[in-house]
Amino acid sequence: MKKQEVMILEDLLGSNKKIAGDIRKKLLDKGILAINLLSSPGAGKTSLLERLAEILSPDYKMAVIEGDIETERDAERIRAKGIQAWQISTGGACHLDAKMIGKMFSKIPSDLDFLFIENVGNLVCPASFDLGENIRCVLLSIPEGDDKPKKYPKAFITSNVLIISKTDLLNKLPFNIDRAVQEGLDMNPKLNVFKTSAVQNTGIKELADFLIENLKKLRQSNA
Amino acid sequence: MHELSLIANLFDIMEKKANEKNAKKITYVKLKVGILSGAVPELLENAFEIYKKNTVAAEAELDIEKVPLKLKCKKCGEVSLKNDFILNCSKCGSTDLEILDGTDLYLEKMELEIE
Repeated sequence: MKKQEVMILEDLLGSNKKIAGDIRKKLLDKGILAINLLSSPGAGKTSLLERLAEILSPDYKMAVIEGDIETERDAERIRAKGIQAWQISTGGACHLDAKMIGKMFSKIPSDLDFLFIENVGNLVCPASFDLGENIRCVLLSIPEGDDKPKKYPKAFITSNVLIISKTDLLNKLPFNIDRAVQEGLDMNPKLNVFKTSAVQNTGIKELADFLIENLKKLRQSNA
Repeated sequence: MHELSLIANLFDIMEKKANEKNAKKITYVKLKVGILSGAVPELLENAFEIYKKNTVAAEAELDIEKVPLKLKCKKCGEVSLKNDFILNCSKCGSTDLEILDGTDLYLEKMELEIE
């Protein structure tokens, strides 16, 4: 019996990264902008998508992949807006991974403009899994508190967009919006910040314009 | 709590390499865990202990090295190591940085018993 040391240097998320890379390439070929939404449960991801659907759907074709541990509830809410939606029930898993998105791919129409992926409500685990998206949005809602960005660094560092949601509650709760935004920007100066309220329908148009601009950039890069 | 699925991936890689080398046992496993990898070392250890039973690594010892963030400043070129998540250059304070290391989770090496 002899002992042997072997060097390996293999990434434990390597298989996920490879599948995500394939998805990103396929999306680019089709000219589809994919947006991965991350937040804690109840931060308002589905309400935001309902409002975005109202603004985008007259001129653009969008679809939604909903990730939850159980139930079809979120997909049903999106379908009620006339938007195609598919539910992934993870059956206990705390995040979506690229393989789950890959399996949905055959269902995605080629003439889509925007593919939204609403991740499982969780600010920790989803941050580690690339789904092949072009834009990662992290939502932080007013009731969660303004001290969250530094507590959950990876979600904020890996995102392109920070959405402060439920701003209609700002006058009811002690939330310092400048502090929350600054904490996010300290860790990730490249964050694009939007302040939204799905109840008052504010800030959503600005976000929609940002997404439209990024869709154009994606298609130019592919031209 | 996605550490168990990460450990499942680890065992796929470990078992494949052990097979290639015709190893009887895996006795030592070294992981490098970036502080921004999103994985918690203690939870990886727990998951490893649960997962290793009845595998080729049943008696393996797990060693985890935490890897700090390694940042290269795009303005002044300084390379700095950080154990927190304040992403600025330790020399000039610029926030225009490239992350060189500290975000990954990888299997660095193993020790095998070969007949």
